[in-house]
Amino acid sequence: MVYLDNNATTPIEPAVSEKMCWFLREHFGNPSSLYPIGREVKKLITEARETVADALGAMRSEIFFTGSGTESDNFAIYGIMNAFPEKNEFITSSIEHPAVIETASYLEKRGKKITFIPVDQYGNIDLEFLKKAISPKTALISIMYSNNELGTIEPIKEVVKIAKEKEVLVHTDAVQAFGKIPCNVNKLGVDLLSLSAHKIYGPKGIGSLYIRKGTKILPLICGGHQERNLRAGTENTAGIIALGEAVQIFQAKGDKDLKRIHKLADRLKKGIEERIPRVIFNGPEKNRVKSTLSFSFTGMEADAILLALASKEIYVSTGSACSEDSEEVSHVLSSIGLKPEVARSTLRLSLGRFNNDEDVSKVLSELPEIIEKLRKISGL
Amino acid sequence: MDNLVYLDHNATTPVDERVIKVMLPYFGKKYGNPSSIYKLANESDKAKEEAREKVAKLLHANSNEIVFTGSGTESDNYAVKGAAFANRKKGNRIITSSIEHHAVLNSCKWLEKQGFKVTYLGVDKHGLVNLDELRDAITDKTILISIMHANNEVGTIEPVKEIAEISRQNGILFHTDAVQTVGKLPIGVDDLSVDLLSLSGHKFYGPKGVGALYIRKGTRIDSLLHGGHHESNRRAGTENIPGIVGLGKAAEIAAKEFSEEGIKVRKLRDRLENGLIKKIDDVFINGHPDKRLPGTLNICIKYIEGEGMLLHLDHNGIAASSGSACTSASLQASHVLISMGLSHEVAHGSLRFSLGRNNTEQDIDKVIEVLPPIVEKLREMSPIKKR
Ligand SMILES: Cc1ncc(COP(=O)(O)O)c(C=O)c1O
Ligand SMILES: Cc1ncc(COP(=O)(O)O)c(C=O)c1O
Repeated sequence: MVYLDNNATTPIEPAVSEKMCWFLREHFGNPSSLYPIGREVKKLITEARETVADALGAMRSEIFFTGSGTESDNFAIYGIMNAFPEKNEFITSSIEHPAVIETASYLEKRGKKITFIPVDQYGNIDLEFLKKAISPKTALISIMYSNNELGTIEPIKEVVKIAKEKEVLVHTDAVQAFGKIPCNVNKLGVDLLSLSAHKIYGPKGIGSLYIRKGTKILPLICGGHQERNLRAGTENTAGIIALGEAVQIFQAKGDKDLKRIHKLADRLKKGIEERIPRVIFNGPEKNRVKSTLSFSFTGMEADAILLALASKEIYVSTGSACSEDSEEVSHVLSSIGLKPEVARSTLRLSLGRFNNDEDVSKVLSELPEIIEKLRKISGL
Repeated sequence: MDNLVYLDHNATTPVDERVIKVMLPYFGKKYGNPSSIYKLANESDKAKEEAREKVAKLLHANSNEIVFTGSGTESDNYAVKGAAFANRKKGNRIITSSIEHHAVLNSCKWLEKQGFKVTYLGVDKHGLVNLDELRDAITDKTILISIMHANNEVGTIEPVKEIAEISRQNGILFHTDAVQTVGKLPIGVDDLSVDLLSLSGHKFYGPKGVGALYIRKGTRIDSLLHGGHHESNRRAGTENIPGIVGLGKAAEIAAKEFSEEGIKVRKLRDRLENGLIKKIDDVFINGHPDKRLPGTLNICIKYIEGEGMLLHLDHNGIAASSGSACTSASLQASHVLISMGLSHEVAHGSLRFSLGRNNTEQDIDKVIEVLPPIVEKLREMSPIKKR
C-alpha cells in the first residue's frame, strides 16, 4: 500500500500507539481526583502539556487540550467573539478549513459581521484587503498558517503586524503546519493557535489550542474545572498522553526527516510534470509545505483517477478529507480561480514520515498509464 | 494498584479489558480517516457505524439518532445550548434543577449571559425535584427542560418519565443527563420519552474523552461544533475512532451484563451502608432510600471533614471521594448537598463511595474495618466534636 493522503490523516507512530495501550491499562484514574491514581494521571498530562508548550515556544499554562483541531478552531473563534460582545466583526480568509468557515457562517446567522479575505492564484491572502477590512469593531482575525489542499504558507507574521497596529487579536489554524514548519508562537506573534494530533502521527479525537497568557476568552464547553476552567469535560487522557508522545517524537526526529520527505515530494512533483502532459500544479513553488502536492489533470474527473489509483493500492485524495462527502467543488480551488471543471480534475498527494523512494517510484510508474488510459476512454 | 480498593466509580471506571482489546487495532494499522472514500477509510467508517448501533441498542434508539461527542460534558453543552439557540424564536426560558452536574449548570449560566432566563428547581431532602414546582415554572416561553436521570453525588433517581410527560404536554423539549445511569439502569428513550439524552464512555468501563448525545428524530437543535460533514453535519471534527469503538464495546457489554451487575453491586453497597451505620455513631445517608443508583453510597459523618477521612483512606489503599470528581479540585461544599438542605458544616463531612463491576466483599469489609477507627481518631482531634 502506498499512502499519500497524510494531510487527511496520518498513520499512528508505533511508539505512540504503544504508549496509549500502556496508558489505558495502567492509568484509568480521573485526573480531577485527589488520590494517587488520579494525581499520577494529572502529572502525565502536565508532562504532555509541557512537551506541546516547548514545541510552540509557549508556556505550559497557555496550552489547552481539546477534542479535535475542529474544536480548537471553534473554541478560539467563539471564545473570543463571545468574550468581546461589544465588537461584532470577524475577519478570516476564503480558503480556511470548514472548521473556520462554518463557524464564521454560524456567527453570521447570529448577527456578526464576517469578512472573507480573498487570495491570489497561489492561495496567498491579500494583505492590502486585510488592512482595509479591519475596523474598530473587529474582534478577531483568523488566518490559517498552511492550507490543507495546497500547502500554501500564509504570511502570518505580516498579518500579526497589521492586526497589532489596530489592537486586534489573531488566531491561526496551524493544524497543517505543526510538525512540518516552525510554529513558534512568539516569533509568529499570534494570540491563538490550533493543532490536531492525527496530522502528526498521533490519534484522532485530540487537539490543542494555544492561548496567549492574558487573552480574554470564554469557554466553548462549560462545566467542571478542567483545563483551567476553559474547557470542561473529563479529559481524553490517553489521547493527551499520545499527543505528547507524538510531539516528542517529531521534535527528536527534527529537520532531517522533514528534508527527506521534501526530497521525496520534489521527486514526485518533477516526475509527474515530466511524465504527464497537460498537468497543472496548484500552489506556490516557494512558501509551501513541501509535502503537499496539488495537481489538476485537465479534462478529467479526479474521482476516476482516485479510484484507479486505489485499485493499485495507492491512496490519495481529491480535495480536503472533510469535504469528501459533498458534491461541491472545493472552495479553496475556486478561490484560487480554478474553473469548476479544472477543480474537479484535481488530485492532492500528501506525503509523510512513512513514505519512501519506492512509494514515489510506484506512483510514477502507475499514474501516467492511468491518466493515458482514462484520457483515451474519454477521447481527450 | 493491584491491591487498591477502588470505590469511586461515579468519578470514573477502569477500562474493561474487552474494551481495550477492540480499541487496539485503531491505534495501529486501522488509521484511515472515515471521511475519505478509499478502503482503509471505509474500515474506520464501518467500525464507527457498528459502535453507533451498539449504543443505539443499549438505549433502544435508532442509530441515526446517536451523535458521538468528546465527553459527557460536551453532550450536555450540545443539548442545552443547541436546543436553546435553535428554539430561541419560540422563547427564551429554560428549566433545570439546582443539583445538575456543572456541565448543565454552567451551560445554563452561559446562556443567561446570552439573554436566556433559567429557572433552577429546588429539591427535597432526598434530592428529588418537585413536579408541582416544575409545572408552576413552565410559561409559554419555556423551550427546554433539562433534568438529570440520576445524580452523581447522592445517586437519587429523578422521575424523568413524569417530567418527560409534563414536557410533552406543554410542547417543550426535554433533555436528561443520563451520564450516571447509562450502563447501570434500563433505559429506553421511548419509554422515558426524552428528546435528548447525554452519556459518557468512561462512566461505564469505556475510555475517557468520548460521549454521545441521543437526539430524537426531528428535534430542533443547533450544532455546538461547526466544520466538516462529520456525524451527518451535527458534530464537526475528525472522530475519535478508537474512543468510539471502545464506547460501542462498552455499550454492548453493558446491555448484556448491567442487570446482573446491578444486583451484585446493590448487595455490596447495602453491606457497606449497613456496616458503617452499625459501627459509626452520628452518621446519616444522603440520597433517596430506594430511588437510588445501586452502587452509590453518600454518607455524612458528623463533626469531621471528608477531606481528612479521604486522606486516611488513601493511606490504607482505599479510593473514594468527598464530592463529585469535577469539583474535588475545589474546596466549596457540594452544591447538591446544600440544595438538599444540609448545612455547610455537615456537607463537608460527607463521603461518597461508588461501587462497580470489579468490587468484592473483601473490598467492602476492608472499608468497614478501616474507616471506624479513622473516624474515631479524627473526631478526637476535631474542634467541633459534640461532647
Ligand atoms: C487546516 C485544518 N484545520 C482543521 C482541521 C480539523 O482538525 P480535526 O480533523 O482534528 O478536526 C483540519 C483537518 O482536516 C485541517 O486540515
Ligand atoms: C451526571 C454527570 N453529568 C456529566 C458528567 C460529565 O461527563 P464527562 O466526565 O464525560 O465530561 C458527569 C461526570 O463527571 C456526571 O456525573
